[in-house]
Amino acid sequence: MKASTTKEPTVTPIPFELEKIRADFPMLSQTVNGKPLVYLDNAATSQKPRAVIDRIMRYYTEEYATVRRSIHKLSEKATLAYEGTRKRIAQFLNAPSERNIVYTKGTTEGINLVVHGFGGKFLQAGDEILIGATEHHANIVPWQMLCARNGAKLRVIPCHETGELMLDEYEKLLTDKTKIVSVQYVSNALGTIHPIKQMIALAHAKGIPFLVDGAQAAPHMNVNVQDLDCDWFVFSGHKACGPTGIGVLYGKEDMLNRMDPFLGGGDMIESVTFEKTTYAPIPHKFEAGTPAIADVIGLGAALEYLSGIGMENIAAQEHALLEYGTEVLAAIPGLRIIGTAPTKAAIISFTIRGVHPHDIGTLLDQEGVAIRAGHHCAQPAMQRFCVPATARASFSFYNKKEEIDVLAAAIKKTIEVFT
Amino acid sequence: MSSATNELYQQVILDHNKNPRNFKALDHPTCMCEGHNPLCGDHVTVFVNLEDETLKEITFTGDGCSICKASASLMTTFLKGKSRTDAKVIFDEFHKMVKGELNVETTPHHLGRLTVFQNVSNYPVRVKCASLAWHAMNSALDRVTVTSTE
Ligand SMILES: Cc1ncc(COP(=O)(O)O)c(C=O)c1O
Repeated sequence: MKASTTKEPTVTPIPFELEKIRADFPMLSQTVNGKPLVYLDNAATSQKPRAVIDRIMRYYTEEYATVRRSIHKLSEKATLAYEGTRKRIAQFLNAPSERNIVYTKGTTEGINLVVHGFGGKFLQAGDEILIGATEHHANIVPWQMLCARNGAKLRVIPCHETGELMLDEYEKLLTDKTKIVSVQYVSNALGTIHPIKQMIALAHAKGIPFLVDGAQAAPHMNVNVQDLDCDWFVFSGHKACGPTGIGVLYGKEDMLNRMDPFLGGGDMIESVTFEKTTYAPIPHKFEAGTPAIADVIGLGAALEYLSGIGMENIAAQEHALLEYGTEVLAAIPGLRIIGTAPTKAAIISFTIRGVHPHDIGTLLDQEGVAIRAGHHCAQPAMQRFCVPATARASFSFYNKKEEIDVLAAAIKKTIEVFT
Repeated sequence: MSSATNELYQQVILDHNKNPRNFKALDHPTCMCEGHNPLCGDHVTVFVNLEDETLKEITFTGDGCSICKASASLMTTFLKGKSRTDAKVIFDEFHKMVKGELNVETTPHHLGRLTVFQNVSNYPVRVKCASLAWHAMNSALDRVTVTSTE
């Protein structure tokens, strides 16, 4: 097999110092089963740089207090860091203002918030919700729950064998009945980057609002919500080098104003009497209860870290890994790559003839290689490609080409065991 | 990683995965049960012909990983001809073994060649793969027709 044994680098030199970046991530020097960890499960969740870990530690050891409630100095400082992160997120997404940024637990909660606050308020029986064929369960199930409550209908944009959505079908599905479109920017199961800007324009031409599931996009490419013109954009901190339990919902100001709050409680109100409550202005209207303060602050550090490297650099490095990985894996006999769109994020889903993905996962793990095996919370996508599951290697800017060679060697060993 | 030295993927398991025994449906089973692992999509249907409380015939169909298929295949060869009561005892022992609650080296048991699955207990995520067909068999004997590992 030519590609994995050649000494000539096929990856173009990268404009940043990989080894220095890798040294920022304590987890990357761990061993698994006695082998150096090769972490290729980045689409599930990313590792954390020391800057994030240290920032959270500092908050807990030196700055800890609640936000927005107490008058003392510490609380004031915590509030500053907490609200300051909102500004940083707004910059990261190129949102007009920090008022557009709502803190959530993650992508899943962000979608549920829109389903509840917009769908629950404005959708009626017979209205249609449009999603893509390869959505994550997080962008399917909440809509189905809404449909069960109010009699709306879920419609699905079909996809080609490559994993690309059928745009002509999409246009046909945009009708007077369509009240919202909710589509992933990048497929976590197949890696497809969907032409989301074009899809948003098509929906807007008919006055239909558009929610972007950006879970697999925000950590890996420049996102400009004003240029996309999406009505909402959601992502999770933990896939973007940040902590778990924190995510972001961007919403256009008028949309957020029109929507119902999601959870009720403290911090989301202006005034409360037993007769009537008036809600706080956006974004706080959507943030009931004591928030995940440390995680918000940690996310701020993560976005600062990513911006420090540069999203263009990150995208370029990951694209080089995708190209190299695709070349090396495609050359392995019996290996089928599922998801072959021309524009892809650094995710390679594959199956091997005669070897179940679970067995691939276990045998790769024995070699220290962490991948995901399963349906990737996208069972309808698996059904579309007539497989029960796939193995999935997903790369991050901190991965190296040599790790892809380790992956390929481990796959070949796996095939040997099973033949 | 030669296959002979792999503690999980023993040669017997690889062989049964490739050439599963009793891999067919029965036309008129006295009992059958479909087992699902919702986490990974593995599914196995076990068919039993029970005569005079004896498993005269036991077969399976379905799709899953090698551990799942080999476990189903070995189960059918092992249980054929056994009494219903014995099958239940063996189910219980097998289940305990793969969960790491029965040490087959130190405790008396009736598992015979099924001990090739003892190392599954070192792979918690694979325990359900090994026990899916067994759950289906056990439910079939209880006249339950659908079961799940959840
Ligand atoms: C495309 C996509 N949408 C939604 C989610 C759900 O994200 P979370 O589990 O962080 O809420 C994921 C993560 O797996 C994803 O990849």
